[in-house]
Amino acid sequence: MPSEISSAPAPPAAGGDRLLEVIGLSSQYGPVRAIHQIDLGVSAGELVAIVGGNGAGKTTLLHTLSGLQPASAGRISFDGQDITRWPPHRIVAAGICQVLEGRQVFAPLTVEDNLRLGGYRQRRDSAWLGQQQERVYTLFPILAERRRQLAGTLSGGQQQMLAIGRALLGRPRLLLLDEPSMGLAPLLVEEIFRVIVELNGRGVTILLVEQNARAALAIAGRGYILETGRIAKTAPAAELLADDDVRRAYLGY
Amino acid sequence: MRLAGFYAFAAAVALLPALFPDNYFVVVIGASAGLNVILAVGLNLLMGYAGQISLGHAAFFGVGAYASAILTTRFGWPSLLALAAGLLAAGLLAWGFARPILRLRGHYLAMATLGFGVIAHVVMVQATHWTGGPDGLAGIPPLNVLGWRVEGDLQWYGVIMAAMLLAVWLSLNLVDSQVGRALRAVHGSEFAAQMMGVDTARAKTQAFVVSALFAAFAGSLFAHQQAFVSPDSFNLAVSVELVTMVVLGGLASTFGAVCGAIALTLLQQGLVVFEDYEMLVHGALLMAVMIFMPQGLFVGLTQAVRRLGSALVGSKPPAAA
Repeated sequence: MPSEISSAPAPPAAGGDRLLEVIGLSSQYGPVRAIHQIDLGVSAGELVAIVGGNGAGKTTLLHTLSGLQPASAGRISFDGQDITRWPPHRIVAAGICQVLEGRQVFAPLTVEDNLRLGGYRQRRDSAWLGQQQERVYTLFPILAERRRQLAGTLSGGQQQMLAIGRALLGRPRLLLLDEPSMGLAPLLVEEIFRVIVELNGRGVTILLVEQNARAALAIAGRGYILETGRIAKTAPAAELLADDDVRRAYLGY
Repeated sequence: MRLAGFYAFAAAVALLPALFPDNYFVVVIGASAGLNVILAVGLNLLMGYAGQISLGHAAFFGVGAYASAILTTRFGWPSLLALAAGLLAAGLLAWGFARPILRLRGHYLAMATLGFGVIAHVVMVQATHWTGGPDGLAGIPPLNVLGWRVEGDLQWYGVIMAAMLLAVWLSLNLVDSQVGRALRAVHGSEFAAQMMGVDTARAKTQAFVVSALFAAFAGSLFAHQQAFVSPDSFNLAVSVELVTMVVLGGLASTFGAVCGAIALTLLQQGLVVFEDYEMLVHGALLMAVMIFMPQGLFVGLTQAVRRLGSALVGSKPPAAA
């Protein structure tokens, strides 16, 4: 690889060493409580996994972090700033980029236009955008081959690569990944997870949400178990993998 | 190269009156088609690209027309200044209206814009003191561009075609910019667009305002060209016609909107021979196009030409770009 994927360098966070600090976060859809009293932290450079079953509140948690879903209580601070009530575009500008569940690439646009859109907030820095785009193409050579192709015609795995690449053009200081393994063949899941590890190794801080607990905990440093909207357990990932309750409930052996 | 289609279109527009000199059909229907193209291309930015429907777009067409009509006849303003005032009024109205209304989606947005169009029409009819009411306003002076008074069908053809080409050119460039891509992102998935850092409320508002400006611009020209305005030109039927042009031509394509506007203008002229059955044939044709060319006339016809071409040459059809 010619050069590093550059995420903006994470400056030392003010008041604590956490890049992302979540305290007592709750969110609800009307009267239905989706997540309740979540405490969570991610330090710069970490790869943290949140695992849990269907309907545990994983996606709601990520949507609340990135402003797509309003918080009903609690506080989210990013790099020492309270971002709890910020609109999504401001949160993205601050450096939290989310890869949505189900990829959500812009089907009628080309691969290249999708990537350009990822760099929407960085559009005044065309030199950086150009370099970063080349880095994404180096990371995912298949995207370089298909740069003029419409995103809707890509396979599921390629769309996931595009979704990740698009988020990287947003200059993430924290990358949120929502179920990147969803609907992919095992070989492709392996490929995507290899890339996640590689990105983290290059200094991108990652919060990974996964139903595929085994794969997620295998690459993460720390993990949180989310059950019916609450954090049921948190520990280093290796400990969670060895934990009997976790094994029975999520790993199936 | 990117604008090759545009140059070809501009050349065709310029050549038409030379190929058919003193042809009433070309210059008069052409001018009318030109105004429709401005309206459709503007509405396509909102509908085709940003994915937001407006069933009240004739209102902005009317704002431009009445601004020019009232300011020139009642206050003696120079026509260009009145045109600018019309643009300003339509832009402000769209901006003020966009924030609350664009929170709505789908059918609700359609209903709200419909209501807006109806209210605007009621105002045109009822505010007799300003608008002349149902009788309209007559005696609008000719457009005066820095001393040049636009008079006669051929001159009007030139002015409207120049304005139309400007509108098409603006649209082509806008669509291919970061703002245009942001709009298409909003259309594709609002969540995903937000995750790109696009302020979706703002992007939608901008699209609404820009398309209102296109409509008001066409309205001002229309008022001067006709020298007369009345509420009938800006009612619900006109709004629906504009939507039809955009859908007929093919959503999310500038030349699609151009095609749709020209096709519908010609259709209305051509159908006059059917007299009472005009609407019947009109509706049937639209249904046929939607069934057999769901992507719209522009894409449908381009593909048909391609197939024909490759059948004649006997080679494989090129992959769709």
